[in-house]
Amino acid sequence: MPPFNIIQAVQDALQIAMRADPKVVVLGEDVGKFGGVFRATVGLQEEFGDDRVIDTPLNECGIVGTAIGMALYGLRPVVEIQFSDFIYPAYDQIVNELAKYRYRSGGQFPCPLVIRTPFGGGIRGGHYHSQSPEAVFAHHAGLVVVAPSNPYDAKGLLLEAVHAQDPVMVFEPKRVYRGPDHGTNWTGHPLGEVPAGAYRVPFGVARQWRPRRGVGTAVTVVSYAAMVHVCERAAVLAEADGLDVEVIDLRSLVPWDVDAVCSAVRRTGRCVVVNEAPRTCGFAAEVAATVGEQCFDWLLAPVGRVTGFDTPFPYTLEHLYLPDPARVLDAVRSAAHYA
Amino acid sequence: MTDSTRITEPVGARAPVRTRASGPVQPALPLSSPRLDDFEQAGTGPFPRFVPEDTAACLDVFRVLRPDGTVIAPDPALENGTGVADDDALAMLRTMVRVRALDDRMLGLQRQGRIGFYGAATGQEAATIAAGHALELRDWVHPALREGGILLHRGWPLWSYLAACFGNADDTSTRGRQMPCHYGSRQYNYVTLSSVMATQYPQAVGTAYAMALQHAAPDRPVCLGCIGDGATSEGDFHAALTFAGVMRPRGLGLPLVLYCQNNQWAISTPVERQTAAASLAMKAAGYGLIGARVDGNDALAVLRVMRAAVASARAGGVPAFIEAVTYRVGAHSTSDDPTRYRDEAVTQRWKALDPIVRLAAYLATRGVLVPGDAERMATEADDEVRATLAQVEKVGPPPIEWLFDDVYAQVPAALAAEREALRARLAAAPGAAHGS
Ligand SMILES: Cc1ncc(C[n+]2csc(CCOP(=O)(O)OP(=O)(O)O)c2C)c(N)n1
Ligand SMILES: [Mg+2]
Repeated sequence: MPPFNIIQAVQDALQIAMRADPKVVVLGEDVGKFGGVFRATVGLQEEFGDDRVIDTPLNECGIVGTAIGMALYGLRPVVEIQFSDFIYPAYDQIVNELAKYRYRSGGQFPCPLVIRTPFGGGIRGGHYHSQSPEAVFAHHAGLVVVAPSNPYDAKGLLLEAVHAQDPVMVFEPKRVYRGPDHGTNWTGHPLGEVPAGAYRVPFGVARQWRPRRGVGTAVTVVSYAAMVHVCERAAVLAEADGLDVEVIDLRSLVPWDVDAVCSAVRRTGRCVVVNEAPRTCGFAAEVAATVGEQCFDWLLAPVGRVTGFDTPFPYTLEHLYLPDPARVLDAVRSAAHYA
Repeated sequence: MTDSTRITEPVGARAPVRTRASGPVQPALPLSSPRLDDFEQAGTGPFPRFVPEDTAACLDVFRVLRPDGTVIAPDPALENGTGVADDDALAMLRTMVRVRALDDRMLGLQRQGRIGFYGAATGQEAATIAAGHALELRDWVHPALREGGILLHRGWPLWSYLAACFGNADDTSTRGRQMPCHYGSRQYNYVTLSSVMATQYPQAVGTAYAMALQHAAPDRPVCLGCIGDGATSEGDFHAALTFAGVMRPRGLGLPLVLYCQNNQWAISTPVERQTAAASLAMKAAGYGLIGARVDGNDALAVLRVMRAAVASARAGGVPAFIEAVTYRVGAHSTSDDPTRYRDEAVTQRWKALDPIVRLAAYLATRGVLVPGDAERMATEADDEVRATLAQVEKVGPPPIEWLFDDVYAQVPAALAAEREALRARLAAAPGAAHGS
């Protein structure tokens, strides 16, 4: 199996989907001739032509609005929003139209389409190239929301999305596009091994990860997307402390794998949830609340949260804003040693 | 609109030599991608009349100078035959040269990884600086990505410009919160840039409205809204022009000029994929605004047209939407590679229409510059940039308080708690302050 990075995995999934189904079209800013500013659509316009791989005008509302019309009439649009920070001109189309089409038309007009968008910080993008708005969209019923952390899942979830019956938003962690950490690549990482051809990763199924000798008896750490790798590094550090930590990568947020998380927490009695978005109403809050409801009798410590600050995203001091392994480790220790 | 609010140039300016074929415009194909030949051959359309009926001004391109700096149609009725005083031309040239030196230096710095990003205005110096020069200091600017030079032209210190590129403790533009090039200064009436395309355009309309309510025409400040060709596709553009047309505070037009630098590219997307209209300026008509087109590489032409637009707006005329046609001769930003999507042979031809060369050549023919002056100016500018850079680069990162300040007027208790937790953590592990 060839090692892929997340971008190549996305490109591969799109190519497979477009070869298999002439109804799949790709549209967005700079996706055609240029192949996307992150290169995720490279080669698609050459292979499928500019009627199916559309360089749109600079207008996100128009991109999503036209994609909705296409989906209503049987196409399978895959939209790219260049940065999730720039999704808001399309917010009305997504929230009031896309999310509610099936419901408000009494089931007559389902609107399955895919919106891919890079999100998250750690690339020195400052304010407007770093935000994590996934919880904003998870809040709106009618949308499926996924956030892969690695090439294998990125391809499998995208192929699942292209075949889904509902609109799907794929938040792609641009910080780990090319490798699980700065200066690394996906070569040698088990999830950088991407099988050729089509396969799907189902929505709502989380993945468990433990350090090599771990069995996950001490603390359950829940996260998704780029933060999964931060949590894994924290788990390795915790191992040196004698703390046996398990990391759960949610992979999809709507629906999310409540069973996997809650059965793990019932085992450990201790839980830390990590997201890089701001704290207030971040997705970690949803997980923590659910764990509180469903695992109350098993909990041995308060559910901890490690998140970005309740501020807009900074530029120069982003390394202080973003949760890092040390911060996650602190929270793991607090949970583990809570008496 | 009353006659007193109509801006007309001296009569002589209205009888230009039209060296390019006039007559009806061929409607068959979108013309939004300006014809390079026209720019090289350098005829000129008439000076815009600044009345909504003047739709010709939305297609014709007004020019004063040929690419070699000679005057296309010297007009004895105008100062120097061009309508621009030598002092004005020289002042513009100085800043244009400075901006070029700065852009060259900063692009180099970015390649060395010393700054994280840079968006240059190379080739667009005339379109930027001449537009700024048409304003008074009390006038406001709602900029797009490439207008930072206007701030320098207004006297904003180079130090502040460079500090914004490092996002360091001297960055007063955004206090280390946005990427480089997001300049802004309350003191210099230049609103801090947002990365988000087109959002500033309706805001410029609102600023102009506020100006009109608080200052009586004709002596009132004016607001300049700036945008790129790509961003004209955004809904905010449509919103801005709609509002600009119908808002008539005190029964007058807004003190507003909506300006667009059509550099013909939005990252990899050419302007003809943004609109099928015959020009961007044409869009003005649909909103009841005045539209006009000018050669953005001709500082004198931009200044003339923008001065007229500003004067009209100040007096209470119908606001204008001005399209300056120029070319992005460099990459979109330091994370872009234009060879992947465009023919760089065309870029070379636009490069030859360099606005600095044109203006310097003109000033040489006026005897304002003597041989060697232009080069000396460039060297001095680069020396200034290098010397300042050496100092600014030593300034440390912003204090951690800046993470939490300015979210609200006062730091809320919960945020203060987050700040104290961070302080405690850094005190326990000082290494974390510098990142991993
Ligand atoms: C709402 C929004 N969508 C997308 C982007 C990404 N983006 C940044 S610059 C740019 C192209 C801008 O082109 P143009 O308006 O012509 O300005 P220029 O860069 O040519 O000066 C795009 C698509 C953005 N910043 N904001
Ligand atoms: Mg442009």
